[in-house]
Amino acid sequence: MVNKQEIYSLLENVCDPEVPALTVLDLGVIRDVIIEEDLITVKITPTYSGCPAMNTISANIKFELLAQGFKNVKVEEVLSPSWTTDWMSDEGKRKLKEFGIAPPQYKTKDNPLEEDAIVPCPRCDSKNTKLVSQFGSTSCKALYKCLDCLEPFDYFKCH
Amino acid sequence: MADNKLDYILQLADNALIYGHRLSEWTGHGPQLEVDMALSNISLDNIGAARSFYQYAAEIEGGDKTEDSYPYLRDVRDFKNVLLVEIPNGDFAKTIARSFYFDCFQFHFYTALQQSSDERIAAIAAKSIKEVTYHWRYSKGWVIKLGDGTEVSKAKMQEALNDVWDYAGELFAPNKLELEMQAQRIAPDLAPIKERWDNSINEALKAATLTITDENGDWHHNGGKDGKHSEHLGFLLAELQFVQRAYPNSEW
Repeated sequence: MVNKQEIYSLLENVCDPEVPALTVLDLGVIRDVIIEEDLITVKITPTYSGCPAMNTISANIKFELLAQGFKNVKVEEVLSPSWTTDWMSDEGKRKLKEFGIAPPQYKTKDNPLEEDAIVPCPRCDSKNTKLVSQFGSTSCKALYKCLDCLEPFDYFKCH
Repeated sequence: MADNKLDYILQLADNALIYGHRLSEWTGHGPQLEVDMALSNISLDNIGAARSFYQYAAEIEGGDKTEDSYPYLRDVRDFKNVLLVEIPNGDFAKTIARSFYFDCFQFHFYTALQQSSDERIAAIAAKSIKEVTYHWRYSKGWVIKLGDGTEVSKAKMQEALNDVWDYAGELFAPNKLELEMQAQRIAPDLAPIKERWDNSINEALKAATLTITDENGDWHHNGGKDGKHSEHLGFLLAELQFVQRAYPNSEW
């Protein structure tokens, strides 16, 4: 019988459709994998309530496992405890920065509203940056600009 | 009793859906790109919360119900949202005034709803409160910016807040269903939420150099929670439900 670890390593192949630098494991949305006989249940937690990527993520997990020959695959949503960027892996944060997106800067409990947040530019590392818009191209991001290299950039908000 | 819980879940869902739908009408029409994105994001969060509640309702009701049955296949009288969320967007000031009152309500309401005796409702509230925190900060920010802005922006913001004010009272006037849900600790008591709401609103109005002159006292528009809506909801549903009505059971 397949073990949990094998399923987890297959999930490394499933990426966030909107932030393709991140796998679902980097993102921290995989809550559990349950193996019973030939049934594999993957429990995921939504990032934002209305995030359209969740449907795609759920479908892609199914496709990946079916493509690997598993016949009976179920993806279940778990709401509680609700997802937080604190679950994002350090590897995920590194990949985000490399991709040009500033990773979350705080643990949510330390600064839940990100008052006076200092968000370094992912390109030149300058801390001289400015919030342009609290709401960005997707639910999880805010729009910033760097006042030194003048590049606009996305910031993955603490959540 | 289970039926009443179902109705209450639908009320929570309807508030989020209709509010989200109204905000989505700004998509592509925002006065600035950033405003367009913000209102669309807030809309999406609300429609997402509505989906979570509708999914729960469909599980409770069972049979062939799905999350889509409720938004697409019910008529005006079946919707239990407050009148505040269905009023037309008007200009930007009016949209912000509505969001200012409603986001602040949702912020304090979902905070309390996390203690619901129903675990699933509490989980949806815990998920939503994080998002609503951004929404409230956003609408409050605009009220302060416009109120403490130019003469024109101040006058427009003041007028919009006055126009929408008489719709806010319904949020805090429990109907029979809510009182029953409160008794079972499924729903939170609205009186302390009103107190917190008053404080937050007054604090923001002070920063915005605005005041509300409550000409009508305690009187407020009423009826949405019992399915008695303004003429506006029918038009909204006509658009929302058109495809499903014209092509029943269509899927894509």
